[in-house]
Order: sequence, then structure tokens, then C-alpha cells
Amino acid sequence: MNISVNGQRKTISIAKLTMALEELGYKHMKLATALNGEFISVDERNNTNLKEGDKLEVLSPQQGG
Amino acid sequence: MKDFYGFKPKSQLMLGTAQYPSPSILVSSFKKSNASVATVSLRRESGNINSGNSFWSIIKDLNVKILPNTAGCHTVKEAVTTAHMAREIFKTKWIKLEVIGEEDTLQPDVFGLVEAAKILSEEGFEVFPYTTEDLVVADKLLKSGCKVLMPWGSPIGSGQGLNNIFGLKALRSHFPDIPMIIDAGIGLPSHATRAMEMGFDAVLLNTAVAKAGNPIMMAEAFSHAIVAGALGYESDPMEPRDMANPSTPIIGKAFL
Repeated sequence: MNISVNGQRKTISIAKLTMALEELGYKHMKLATALNGEFISVDERNNTNLKEGDKLEVLSPQQGG
Repeated sequence: MKDFYGFKPKSQLMLGTAQYPSPSILVSSFKKSNASVATVSLRRESGNINSGNSFWSIIKDLNVKILPNTAGCHTVKEAVTTAHMAREIFKTKWIKLEVIGEEDTLQPDVFGLVEAAKILSEEGFEVFPYTTEDLVVADKLLKSGCKVLMPWGSPIGSGQGLNNIFGLKALRSHFPDIPMIIDAGIGLPSHATRAMEMGFDAVLLNTAVAKAGNPIMMAEAFSHAIVAGALGYESDPMEPRDMANPSTPIIGKAFL
């Protein structure tokens, strides 16, 4: 299915968010996720299934003022 | 010294982590600054680069308190969601709450700020609201659950210093027991000294150090400036006079 990841179109084969993150290359990373504008905690990722057209944001610690 | 949600900092300087020429200069600047708190953000992660983990490994070794921000958020929803993400990733209840209302000045949307502060305070966050010097807004933020205020000195990254001395003095006087941090617009060490001399409890800055020609030296300058201003305030300065008053005694002067 096709979804948007950080504003870029990506194709994934797994619906479960935890697995999809690994498929997208996000393995063993310090990450926070939001799906269609809603925060998805680490605990919720296992129970969250992605669907066609979803908008996923994957954020990590960065410089800030 | 007032505490910030129970945290008593070793120094009253809080430093941002953005825009340094290199990671090593960031680390050296922090060491020279003696800063007690580092601000950080959340940004999009590319799965290939893993920049977040690299950055985090540097920051956690600084041994400072982490203050995540909601920089760049323009709506209450964006700010609240970002705060939720920051709480999980940084394992802290602290959040520097920014709800930006205007692009040219990056001035806070104080209506959205109050609304977001209420939501987050009720959820157990310890909110550091980036606000203006407006007394009414300050009062509403305190009533929303904030126990710290962060009034701006001048627009973010402008280096203009304290643009509204009268307004900041009024804010400080009106809420004498509230911990207040001057955030944004500081360009020179003397600006930070002035803020501390006025009785503010800390200064948060980033660009003034990161964009200096010599960030490490500037960080050290700010560490001294903060201490000088705080000591000046604590030592109860003299009242200014309109006319001269000789400091050398008149009595005993020779008649020549």
C-alpha cells in the first residue's frame, strides 16, 4: 500500500505500524510517531494498522532553541 | 534562587542546541557556558541517516536537564501533539511551549498558547510557555497551570536584546514570586546581564552563542554575564540620581 512518510510517498507491504517502521528502515531508533496528526505511542504501535493514504510522521531528537 | 518545577539549576543560563558550526563546538560551548538546561526539538527522521540517534548521543553526555520545545508549531493541536511526542522520546514532563502566531516576528499566538498550556498542564506537563510581556496573558497562563513564565526579550534570533524594558519590569514586579526566564532575542552578554539585573531568574538563548564568530568564547562570556547580573540584582543596587554626588569626602579637603 502507499502511504506518506514525513511528506514523502512510500510503498509498504506490512500494515502493522511496528513492522512497517522496520520495513521503512527505522530499526532500533529513538523515534516518536504520529499518524494522521494523532500521536501514536510506542505501546500503541503494535495495535495500529496502516491503511492506504495514511500520513505518518516519524520524528527524532534534533537541535532546537 | 527560584526553582523551576522543583529543579534548582546550577547556573541560570539555559542554552539552545541549534545552529552550531559543528557538534564538537556545540559540546565545547556548553562546557564553557556552564549552562544547566539544553533545549532540543523533534524533527523528521530519515531512516537511512539516523541523525536523531547521533544528535541524542551528544546531548545526553552533556549532563544537563533537557527542555524539549514545540518550535514551529502554529496551532494548539500541533503543539499538543508535539508535546506528547516529546514527553515519550525525552522522558520528561518539561515542555517549552511555543505556538507561533506570526511569521515575520515569530511572535507567540498568545490565545493558542493559553489554550495549549491549559490542556498540557491538566495532563501533567510542566509547561514553560514562550510568551510576551503582556500582564493579562501572563495571568491567564498562570491560571492555566503554568508555574513558570518565559517572556521574550525580542523576536527569536534577532539579537535585539530587551525590546520593552518597561513592560518586562512591570511583568517582573507584578508577579514577584513566579520564576521567569527571558527567552529569545538575546544578542550580547550585556543583554543577559541586564535581564538578570532586573530580577529575572534565568536567560535562555541560542543564536547569540551558536552564530558568534567564536561560539566557545561567547558561551564563556555569557556564563560570566549571567553571574554578574544575578549578583548585581542580589546585592541591592543603588538608586540612580539626576545630579552628581562626589564619592570622595569633602571634609578634610585642603584649602589651597
